[in-house]
Amino acid sequence: MSRLEVLKTYKIYIGGQFPRTESGRYYQIQDGKGKVIGNICLSSKKDVRNAVSAARKAFGGWAERSAFNRSQILYRIAEMLEGRRDQFINELMIQGASKVNAEKEIDLAIDRTVYYAGWCDKYQQLLSSVNPVSSAHFNFSVVEPTGVVSIIADENSSLIGMVSLILPAIAGGNTCVVLASETLPLCSITFAEVLNTSDLPAGVVNIVTGKKAELIEPMGNHMDVNATVYSGSNADEIKKIKELAVQNVKRVKTYNKKWISDESQDLYLIADLQEVKTTWHPIENIGGATSSY
Amino acid sequence: MAKKTDKKLSGWDFSPSPEGTSHIALKDKYDLFIDGKWVKPSSGKYFDSINPSNEEKISSVAHANQADVDKAVKAARKAYNGAWGKMSGKERGKYIYRIARMMQEKARELAVIETLDGGKPIRESRDIDIPLACNHFFYYAGWADKLDYAFPNRKVESLGVAGQIIPWNFPLLMAAWKIAPALAAGNTVVLKPAESTSLTALKLAEIIEESGLPAGVVNIVTGFGDTGAAIVNHPDVDKVAFTGSTDVGKIIQKAISGTDKKATLELGGKSANIILEDAPIDQAVEGIVNGIFFNQGHVCCAGSRLFVQESVAEVVINKLKQRLDSLYVGNPLDKNTDIGAINSKEQLQTIKKYIKIGQEEGAEMYQSPCSIPTKGYFCPPTLFTNVAQSSVIVQEEIFGPVLTIQTFRTVDEVIQKANNTPFGLAAGVWTDKGSRIFNLTTKLRAGVVWANTYNKFDPTSPFGGYKESGFGREGGLHGLEAYVKLS
Repeated sequence: MSRLEVLKTYKIYIGGQFPRTESGRYYQIQDGKGKVIGNICLSSKKDVRNAVSAARKAFGGWAERSAFNRSQILYRIAEMLEGRRDQFINELMIQGASKVNAEKEIDLAIDRTVYYAGWCDKYQQLLSSVNPVSSAHFNFSVVEPTGVVSIIADENSSLIGMVSLILPAIAGGNTCVVLASETLPLCSITFAEVLNTSDLPAGVVNIVTGKKAELIEPMGNHMDVNATVYSGSNADEIKKIKELAVQNVKRVKTYNKKWISDESQDLYLIADLQEVKTTWHPIENIGGATSSY
Repeated sequence: MAKKTDKKLSGWDFSPSPEGTSHIALKDKYDLFIDGKWVKPSSGKYFDSINPSNEEKISSVAHANQADVDKAVKAARKAYNGAWGKMSGKERGKYIYRIARMMQEKARELAVIETLDGGKPIRESRDIDIPLACNHFFYYAGWADKLDYAFPNRKVESLGVAGQIIPWNFPLLMAAWKIAPALAAGNTVVLKPAESTSLTALKLAEIIEESGLPAGVVNIVTGFGDTGAAIVNHPDVDKVAFTGSTDVGKIIQKAISGTDKKATLELGGKSANIILEDAPIDQAVEGIVNGIFFNQGHVCCAGSRLFVQESVAEVVINKLKQRLDSLYVGNPLDKNTDIGAINSKEQLQTIKKYIKIGQEEGAEMYQSPCSIPTKGYFCPPTLFTNVAQSSVIVQEEIFGPVLTIQTFRTVDEVIQKANNTPFGLAAGVWTDKGSRIFNLTTKLRAGVVWANTYNKFDPTSPFGGYKESGFGREGGLHGLEAYVKLS
């Protein structure tokens, strides 16, 4: 007798746990032939709020970790991704990708993770400065993470679009709440499983699945979210996000990039989610000694 | 249980707590690592690597001559013109990450071998040398595909074959400081470890072999000064990176002066450690101890000239003497040990020579009354007071656990005294007042200034000297410049 395959229940990822949506609702996604692939959590406003709470709780610890430690953890994510390469290829193909494209997408996702692992302890030297003020002060500006970021992932990609936005956010010390692609959600939850086994602290990345029409609002107007990142080109969605951002002066970053390209990764995706902090400190000038001595 | 004995004799008496050595894998004999293979030296000559804490032989190491160096440079050139030179930064970076990870996996073994071969306390090799070496590879791995960000508006290219000569005080760490940025920038390497501490570099060669790095990208040639000279003078070497004494640095600078070889020199120092009257005294005393007795004082940036403000001199010096008495000098493998073995017989003689000069010059000496092992090369921690700016022991680098102490009245005076040296590697400043720190960091002519700390190192932090302490920086974004051609 042939063995019956055990199917995976796709849940959401909040605070390092895999709950079902509190709403109990689901939606179905289908493959190209109209066959149902799975029942996906139709997350609610409350799920988003729970995710933001988890992200806020994780923020201080994550932001204050040494840059080196963040780098090690991102590299660990790459190691874990590599180990699950076949699973991602399989899932990408179930969702309609060709084998070649599926391999390209996972390989790029792994390498991009290594790329941002490398940035964790390097962007500071490029984005910070010592400022030659005229008074007797030592004056320097450093970058610090913006805070909790809500990310609306690219609709047209299951893995690389989402990964390309999460990585620069967390490399820079932010925590995030991610809304996965509505039509291609499978890889988001498998990616959450990777994160969960990579020493990434609970709550640094939270991922929900569901309908954009319903969830852009709570993602965009939550008062404890400091920035919203959107990938795509839907003018109505972008306008809505910008309007929602006003109430607590959220930073809004929108990208319309072809993520499946080596070019779609750079320092400035990290810089977009950083604040600049300037410190003034007096220099005591007594006596006549100068560096001429 | 620790039991207190006569304080005047040995301070605290600890139950021995030696690190195990059964888990390490060392060969009886090491050949040269050239073109991805282990090859015998063409002279057939090997020399002994000695454990300086008991004078026993650990292993035999090949002595490379000019022909071997030529073979290594040719292998490096072939790799540079071949797979490595054509590889994308992204793929290069992944190789370097791999090496970093494999070093982390073998960290304890590397730490034990470092201590056996070089004499430094296991606590230091385990907690400082080896983790920093791994992290250095990890850090520079990430630069391999980001070089354009490091040098905006410039075209960045690798140099070619880098010849690298490293000292015996931080053997694996110096190998990491040299190899990691060179590879990240796309160069290939011929590296010579110091003759008294070849073993961890050879273990690193094994890791590199296991990592699958293309043959010839890293070549390790062991030997003495003649081996180093053959690297420096080889016409097909594009860059020379040297860490060591100022004397040898000058010989190298002269040797390549008629060529286009690019060079970085990280040379000697006689760094000032300055204690102002408002400093937190107990912390400062710890900082003085760490500044000069870390790694037996075999540190180019050691805080070997102590300057204490007159008003607190008596209390600082008394506390320092007390602290000296409690330092545990002995078996480097013992986790209680603060000060291990002097690296070699020659170095012990050098240190003894300087101690004698100090006494003859009329300085007042204080040594810890600690007991030291009868076998091996050991030197008790030593202080000299009543020294002058002109004293030989104040002017020259001793490279041992010997501290000279001078006093000063004003900040002005100490800036002048601190800068009055041909060296300019590092300095320490101890004060409660931030504004004083920034005054001193502005005016001290040194490549690194530590404020209320000392001997801190990090892969992201540039290190290197002013004046006769050499040129070029290692670490951080700045460390890449040494290994790239910009146009």
